[in-house]
Amino acid sequence: MTDSKYFTTTKKGEIFELKAELNSDKKEKKKEAVKKVIASMTVGKDVSALFPDVVNCMQTDNLELKKLVYLYLMNYAKSQPDMAIMAVNTFVKDCEDPNPLIRALAVRTMGCIRVDKITEYLCEPLRKCLKDEDPYVRKTAAVCVAKLHDINAQLVEDQGFLDTLKDLISDSNPMVVANAVAALSEIAESHPSSNLLDLNPQSINKLLTALNECTEWGQIFILDCLANYTPKDDREAQSICERVTPRLSHANSAVVLSAVKVLMKFMEMLSKDLDYYGTLLKKLAPPLVTLLSAEPELQYVALRNINLIVQKRPEILKHEMKVFFVKYNDPIYVKLEKLDIMIRLASQANIAQVLAELKEYATEVDVDFVRKAVRAIGRCAIKVEQSAERCVSTLLDLIQTKVNYVVQEAIVVIKDIFRKYPNKYESVIATLCENLDSLDEPEARAAMIWIVGEYAERIDNADELLESFLEGFHDESTQVQLQLLTAIVKLFLKKPTETQELVQQVLSLATQDSDNPDLRDRGYIYWRLLSTDPVAAKEVVLAEKPLISEETDLIEPTLLDELICYIGTLASVYHKPPSAFVEGGRGVVHKSLPPRTASNESAESPEAAPTGAPPVEQPDVIPPQGDLLGDLLNLDLGPPVSGPPLAASSAQMGAVDLLGGGLDSLVRPGSPCIGGTNFTSPPAAAVPASLGAPIGSGLSDLFDLTSGVGNLSGSYVAPKAVWLPAMKAKGLEISGTFTRQVGSISMDLQLTNKALQVMTDFAIQFNRNSFGLAPAAPLQVHAPLSPNQSVEISLPLNTVGSVMKMEPLNNLQVAVKNNIDVFYFSTLYPLHILFVEDGKMDRQMFLATWKDIPNENEAQFQIRDCPLSAEAVSSKLQGSNVFTIAKRNVEGQDMLYQSLKLTNGIWVLAELRIQPGNPSLTPLQLSLKCRAPEVSQHVYQAYETILKN
Amino acid sequence: MIHSLFLINSSGDIFLEKHWKSVVSRSVCDYFFEAQERATEAENVPPVIPTPHHYLLSVYRHKIFFVAVIQTEVPPLFVIEFLHRVVDTFQDYFGVCSEPVIKDNVVVVYEVLEEMLDNGFPLATESNILKELIKPPTILRTVVNTITGSTNVGDQLPTGQLSVVPWRRTGVKYTNNEAYFDVIEEIDAIIDKSGSTITAEIQGVIDACVKLTGMPDLTLSFMNPRLLDDVSFHPCVRFKRWESERILSFIPPDGNFRLLSYHVSAQNLVAIPVYVKHSISFRDSSSLGRFEITVGPKQTMGKAIEGVTVTSQMPKGVLNMSLTPSQGTHTFDPVTKMLSWDVGKINPQKLPSLKGTMSLQAGASKPDENPTINLQFKIQQLAISGLKVNRLDMYGEKYKPFKGIKYMTKAGKFQVRT
Repeated sequence: MTDSKYFTTTKKGEIFELKAELNSDKKEKKKEAVKKVIASMTVGKDVSALFPDVVNCMQTDNLELKKLVYLYLMNYAKSQPDMAIMAVNTFVKDCEDPNPLIRALAVRTMGCIRVDKITEYLCEPLRKCLKDEDPYVRKTAAVCVAKLHDINAQLVEDQGFLDTLKDLISDSNPMVVANAVAALSEIAESHPSSNLLDLNPQSINKLLTALNECTEWGQIFILDCLANYTPKDDREAQSICERVTPRLSHANSAVVLSAVKVLMKFMEMLSKDLDYYGTLLKKLAPPLVTLLSAEPELQYVALRNINLIVQKRPEILKHEMKVFFVKYNDPIYVKLEKLDIMIRLASQANIAQVLAELKEYATEVDVDFVRKAVRAIGRCAIKVEQSAERCVSTLLDLIQTKVNYVVQEAIVVIKDIFRKYPNKYESVIATLCENLDSLDEPEARAAMIWIVGEYAERIDNADELLESFLEGFHDESTQVQLQLLTAIVKLFLKKPTETQELVQQVLSLATQDSDNPDLRDRGYIYWRLLSTDPVAAKEVVLAEKPLISEETDLIEPTLLDELICYIGTLASVYHKPPSAFVEGGRGVVHKSLPPRTASNESAESPEAAPTGAPPVEQPDVIPPQGDLLGDLLNLDLGPPVSGPPLAASSAQMGAVDLLGGGLDSLVRPGSPCIGGTNFTSPPAAAVPASLGAPIGSGLSDLFDLTSGVGNLSGSYVAPKAVWLPAMKAKGLEISGTFTRQVGSISMDLQLTNKALQVMTDFAIQFNRNSFGLAPAAPLQVHAPLSPNQSVEISLPLNTVGSVMKMEPLNNLQVAVKNNIDVFYFSTLYPLHILFVEDGKMDRQMFLATWKDIPNENEAQFQIRDCPLSAEAVSSKLQGSNVFTIAKRNVEGQDMLYQSLKLTNGIWVLAELRIQPGNPSLTPLQLSLKCRAPEVSQHVYQAYETILKN
Repeated sequence: MIHSLFLINSSGDIFLEKHWKSVVSRSVCDYFFEAQERATEAENVPPVIPTPHHYLLSVYRHKIFFVAVIQTEVPPLFVIEFLHRVVDTFQDYFGVCSEPVIKDNVVVVYEVLEEMLDNGFPLATESNILKELIKPPTILRTVVNTITGSTNVGDQLPTGQLSVVPWRRTGVKYTNNEAYFDVIEEIDAIIDKSGSTITAEIQGVIDACVKLTGMPDLTLSFMNPRLLDDVSFHPCVRFKRWESERILSFIPPDGNFRLLSYHVSAQNLVAIPVYVKHSISFRDSSSLGRFEITVGPKQTMGKAIEGVTVTSQMPKGVLNMSLTPSQGTHTFDPVTKMLSWDVGKINPQKLPSLKGTMSLQAGASKPDENPTINLQFKIQQLAISGLKVNRLDMYGEKYKPFKGIKYMTKAGKFQVRT
């Protein structure tokens, strides 16, 4: 007698049979039939045809039958909205039932029926239930508001349910409070702007009280809500922390992690000298460790979060290295995360243990894990200098195993070790060279080639080795090709006599036979360098390389701080801010850690005084992609950066047909030479000096930027606004404005580096836009932009670019590139930057044109709050190239007739009516006539901006 | 909050779906299947999978994937904890949690899931409240129901849910009042080749079975409460009292529950009760390898070690093994290369050993990886951390309950590297 019997009826006439049974007189038979229907529904069979028959069974005293029918209704009401109405009466009646269980059940089910017609009937019962005497009903009703909001948000607001819900936060029953908080949080998520959870010290106190008494799930909601609150000073922060700390001992890991989030966030406000701060740090470690003894899925989420916590406050877990040791039957996703944290925690004190473990892991079966373990050994060497020697010998041991993927990984990391400790471990090169043939992965090949090139003078047969790679040049990946090119050039600079042929071969392969622009460009740069100034070439190619830093994979401090606010959420699992992946255009409010504010008493003590986020130590991280110089030094072992719009931008600047020269002119007598090799400079015609810039901004010093930011009187300049927030652009913040001075338009930019690493290689490009705005010169950032530095640039613009009508008309889409990535943003430019200086129309012409333009092209606007006289208006506008042609006084009003011309030759005629005497009361009346009426709106906006500033 | 739940068996069939909000098409599971295919083993399927419009969070237990679908930012631990709770509840209701059992009880399962979440918000997850709402199926009840036409759905308000002690139902009555506590400790350890301990920690729990009439208020005190510095309590435990006096004071739930779990970490010395002596050697030239392991007691405080099993995943190159155990039985599966040896009880006078030869793939070089030995064992009447209950007192009720405390130590993830 089990439910499986309900699955057995798979015959043809099943629906028909069920129908008959549902309409049976016998109660028992009915119930059995409903059960069969539910069973079919559960496994995904379509039983919606039975809707009317099932709904008929709803009027019953039998609670189970009622529940089953409710289950059915929730599933199918959507597909049969008209039929669902039949159920409304029973629902409304059930909401009045003396049994609170039935009242709650009815209101709960009604909320789940996502049919508009039903929701209308839901409002009244819901209102009653929200005020029900029984807390069980109230708490169910609170959730129902969230459901209703999901179906019809407007209705919820109109009916005032949100306010009732807010009142429930002060309910006497903790479960009601918890559910109200949960419902409000969910509603707030779809309404980021609305201040639904307006927290103040009183409501916080209520939440903290409820926290102790409600269920584990309620505690999660309340803790997550608390985390959004910003205490007014450190005292309040501490008292909240004190009341949240007991949650760390909860058995439910989600409660623990939410509590950790609150503590990590509010800790930011506490002074580090406080005893309590130290106590709190100590209390945080054990619960985090305990999370690791839970089920693997929980461990995974916990580890992702611990990864953030370790970066923010390494002191918490610094003694707990051992709990992150990997067990061989951990799932792979847990193993990889543990490994990552082990490296973060590695220090001089525990490095011996860590290395022993890593070596153990490197002999495991799982390939991905082994690779990561080998890589980890290299990272340890770079991080803990004292261990470098041990790490290198461990890696050599691993290479001796001859396991293919182990060897390849080891070579990749040894290359990094060479970068960090140059001229220290070169004795191992011989061993590495023995394994040359077994390398089949691009990264390993590239690393090996780099090593050979870098230490060419110590490897006797370096040329042979490199030559062997050259045979299959075109089959190699770009990474290897670039490496090979650079390595051979290095070799040539070190041993010019023997390798002349080799270098010519590679240059010709790279520049003539390759379709890859990166490779060609690099080939040409080397070629020009070698041909024009071999000494400079030596300086550039063999320059001292910046040392690589220990932790290249740290999360940027701004992002890390934001992620700390999202501990325990999906954001923390993905290590991305929610704005990066949350569905749709829902605005996401950026969270940030609270600044440290001291309470009144402690404000006097100096150590508590600094406000704002505490200074974060900024490790000196060298950009992994390198600037152009670095690029020449082949630091780009990663995949090549793709910058689609920029390729076009250099073309726009006048592409240099370097290919035109060909390489056959490479060797010609009578040119500067190194080591007996003669290089001719490429055909001069092909490379006009001023166009050197597009080759790369690293060389763009040739191009001198003349336009500075002057203080000439010109048209109105709006204050700079942030166009690209740092959050969206990996730390690059761009703010700017547009100016027009003496006929030239420019874009004044301020670039601020809020990331950890130096930024270089800036370039800018505009998308096609309505007026053909385009940069007149490349973006000139002379020096690399160090962290926390900003630079002001004025970018001259012209209007000869390609035209495409944008929506809105004055929308400008911009792409900015730097060494990190390409970023896109769009901004609206004020139209008056396009008003040209010769926009004054002849009077007769004006009259004729005014009449000529059809009346439907006339647009009327009002400019309010502009207490200016006609003269003032006129002169103000004149400054922005709006010319007054005539002035009249009609019926006591000043009439100004004005004209202006846009860069694309469109004339706009204006009639401005000013009420003298009390201009502050009557708005200015502006009529605009133009053959292209769509610009009127923007001209009006320009008027308004000019006149009001 | 939690949108939907899909139950998927290991062959990739969705055999149950439940939606708490609008219906999410089961095609969303395709992303899960993709991830499942990529992972070589079921255990390795990542627990969080993003899809264009949803997130899939899953747990894998009893050879079933429980896949929850969420649409907005929801704490993943909350979802995963909840999924584990679902599995625990099924186990509690039906004894075992397996595909046939869930299919057999599909209506109850559906009703239980409906009670556990409302609109994706947890509603009733405490097993004893759920059982009041929906009675677990028993053979007797099914028979009675069929005859009388009554149902397994309770028709009363889950009263406990709103009281100050939501975990305990009111009006509990027993003729025999008894309270049993099991202190169970599991040792997780990694031992290296030479026999020294790399990590060792103890995961302890105190599971209780309390069948007491009325509203008893219990206190449990320990001889050495200082051992417990990292603890997680059942919500019934009064935290303040523990903080100040190191006494567990609580009104217990009715029936079985986990009172406390604790963690004794590596810093406090963890005694390792067994040792394994091993000599496993492969030779490059020969196609035969030698294998010998011996298991012996170490720090057991004089208690016997029972239920010992040794398992080891042998390298791929091992074709077969011919071994002789001094006691117990052993098997080697040449397909999965899994060696398991059921040792039984260790007799300290005559240590159990397993020795013999391995036949290796001819011509192949010796395996890169060394097999890791996994150990299982039990020690009755001993909590290896040394934790001891001092006394158990009851207040609030007049009767004298029968009390019992049991100790046990088990191997958790106990690994010996070779």
